Amino acid sequence: MLSRTAANLFWMGRHLERADTAARLLDVGQRITLLPNTASGYQNEWNSLLQASGTATLFAEKYGEISQENIEEFIFFDRDNPSSVMSCIERAREAGRIVRTALTSQVWDALNVAYQDLRKLEKTPCDRIDTGSLTDFTTSHTSTVRGAINATQLRNDGWHFMNLGYGLERADATARLLDVKYYVLLPRIEFVGSGLDTYQWQVILRALSAHRSYHWAYGGDITAARVADFLILNGESPRSLITALYEAVWNLEGIAKRYGETVPTNARDKAREVLGRLQAHDIDMIFDEGLHEFLTWFIGEIGTISTLVHEDYLLGGS
Amino acid sequence: MNYYNEMFEGSQVREPYARLSEWVETMPADFRQMKQAEAEALFRRIGITFAVYGEGGDPDRLIPFDMMPRVFEQAEWRKLERGIKQRARALNAFLRDVYGRAEIVRAGRIPARLVYQNEAYEKAVVGIVPPRGVYSHIIGIDLVRTAKDQFFVLEDNCRTPSGVSYMLENREIMMRMFPGLFRANRIEPVDQYPDLLRRTLESVAPAKCHDRPTCVVLTPGHFNSAYYEHSFLANLMGVELVEGADLFVDGEFVYMRTTQGPRRVDVIYRRIDDPFLDPLCFRPDSMLGVPGLMDVYRSGGVSICSAPGAGVADDKAIYTFVPEMVRFYLGEEPLLQNVQTWTLWKDDDYRYVMENLADLVVKEVHGSGGYGMLVGPKSTKDEIEAFRAKIEANPGNYIAQPTLALSTCPTFVEEGLAPRHVDLRPYCLCGDRIELVPGGLTRVALREGSLVVNSSQGGGVKDTWVLSE
Repeated sequence: MLSRTAANLFWMGRHLERADTAARLLDVGQRITLLPNTASGYQNEWNSLLQASGTATLFAEKYGEISQENIEEFIFFDRDNPSSVMSCIERAREAGRIVRTALTSQVWDALNVAYQDLRKLEKTPCDRIDTGSLTDFTTSHTSTVRGAINATQLRNDGWHFMNLGYGLERADATARLLDVKYYVLLPRIEFVGSGLDTYQWQVILRALSAHRSYHWAYGGDITAARVADFLILNGESPRSLITALYEAVWNLEGIAKRYGETVPTNARDKAREVLGRLQAHDIDMIFDEGLHEFLTWFIGEIGTISTLVHEDYLLGGS
Repeated sequence: MNYYNEMFEGSQVREPYARLSEWVETMPADFRQMKQAEAEALFRRIGITFAVYGEGGDPDRLIPFDMMPRVFEQAEWRKLERGIKQRARALNAFLRDVYGRAEIVRAGRIPARLVYQNEAYEKAVVGIVPPRGVYSHIIGIDLVRTAKDQFFVLEDNCRTPSGVSYMLENREIMMRMFPGLFRANRIEPVDQYPDLLRRTLESVAPAKCHDRPTCVVLTPGHFNSAYYEHSFLANLMGVELVEGADLFVDGEFVYMRTTQGPRRVDVIYRRIDDPFLDPLCFRPDSMLGVPGLMDVYRSGGVSICSAPGAGVADDKAIYTFVPEMVRFYLGEEPLLQNVQTWTLWKDDDYRYVMENLADLVVKEVHGSGGYGMLVGPKSTKDEIEAFRAKIEANPGNYIAQPTLALSTCPTFVEEGLAPRHVDLRPYCLCGDRIELVPGGLTRVALREGSLVVNSSQGGGVKDTWVLSE
């Protein structure tokens, strides 16, 4: 397979997952600002969320003032924001168009429809749409594409590259959302265990569509340790770090097996190593080490794996 | 003017159209609109669009598809086929000659100026003989008809003729929508084209290639108007569709970057123009090509289809000499006729053309796509005078031809079937053999009375049938 084709499939997966993350981020922010008694008002929360996604400076330059409309515009429709839903869907579609022949017509249809519908939505006056429906719109379209991929694509190397993109992006996104909660939203230690703390955890779970599954898995109360365990180490949780990383490893194994020994496997080796270290942790160790420090380490490792994927496969050995 | 109608002789239906005529007559009232909508939905879905530049609006347009097929009898086709193959052989012989000893120039049959001062003449490939001596591997020959047995060549396309995907998709869609028609008529298939193309490309692999050759299609990228065709052909041939950046030169070979490391490429079917092939040899600012490609080509490490420099054979000025090439290289009389052509750099021709502009078609020597031309009988006085000024400014840039009585073929319009003018572009493949599939792309001028069939000027396409015996 051409390296460029593989790269487009990989980034198609990443951008679709990233669009999903952007929509969920909007949801988190929206719900947190609905809580009246926060420390310094909702502006602060939005700013924290933007900072977590690395786009605060861009937002400040372009919009200045934080308002619901500005935030929605920025996170959802703004093409100048590389992480906006619009940017991500547009790039995923562009990547898909370039490798059309590597996609089934169902996948292309789903991707194309998502893009066309988004452009229609863009023309709808903003007082006619609420934040919740924007999030629903995105997750429903990205799920349709994902479903078409799983139902119709050949299980070949291209499929592995697409799913590898999904896996790495999801691992990265969950880690960042967690980090937002722990490090940015709740900077003062005396808040831990407060009603606000619990509420924020709930919001994170909700944003990851994991609210109910959490209750199924743990029953009872929401505590920081249990939620973190659920989102980091629980292999049944679909968006946990360990599940996302496991999927990345599985896809890298598939590629390595297919390509044999002549092709380097640094990405696979690294991913296996990180997975091994994750498996060796329990949640108390992570909290002892510091959740933020742990997440920073993890996000760095995901970046390294992504770089190694490029070096192993996407540069074409030149 | 009297136009040859390919379906009717007076009120009589000609034999090849007999069953089609029944089909049209027994068609239920709203059946046609329904099928037309179905065809359009299919085209949109598959993504067959073309881009029209410089006119604003939606750049992705559907080419209008007419459901009424155009039909040739086996005997008619055989005759055309012989003429096309003959012409293809002569054109390749000419290319081989002008990049070698140029006997035809020495013999005084073609003026040296027209060859050597031609923009498409590539000094960089003088003396290089590509595998099997073939320069142009896919030749699209544009034909028009004026009478039962009277065909003329309008122009040759030796570089990278486009449109073959329409030929294949038109047939695909007709077969899907009207299987009954194909059972009732015995129609020669065209869907072997991608296999023949691949075989042709493999047959011209360079001498340094010892295994089964690896072929690729080289595209300028997904912004190109013909990108759909590029990916379509690559897909049907089962070869990679590459961009310049996917290829690199190492030592004496060209490689593509794959997930399993570099893989050698032996034959490149390029759909980018000569000046962009290699920034080290041609335009240094080209981002579309592959640096060093021409060095590998020169030393026989890779084949490029069509060969750089092949364009010198399909120039409108060289065109007038193709019948001469057939006589000179093949010792045969040309089976296909040229349209009479006045070349405006000759004084006599210039005088004649300027006196008769209102009756003639005038074209730019290097123009294409139906742009920059004058159709005298269809133009107003002002348009003619404006064009006259352009000619006076640079006579060497123009040729003129009589307005041909292009044949018509019944075409679906609002009110039902009506005659519209058509042309035909068959695609001739040249490798170890010379072959073409029975059929081609029929373009139809959808505007009543219009003689311009180009898709950029309101033309559409039809499925083209060759009946078997």
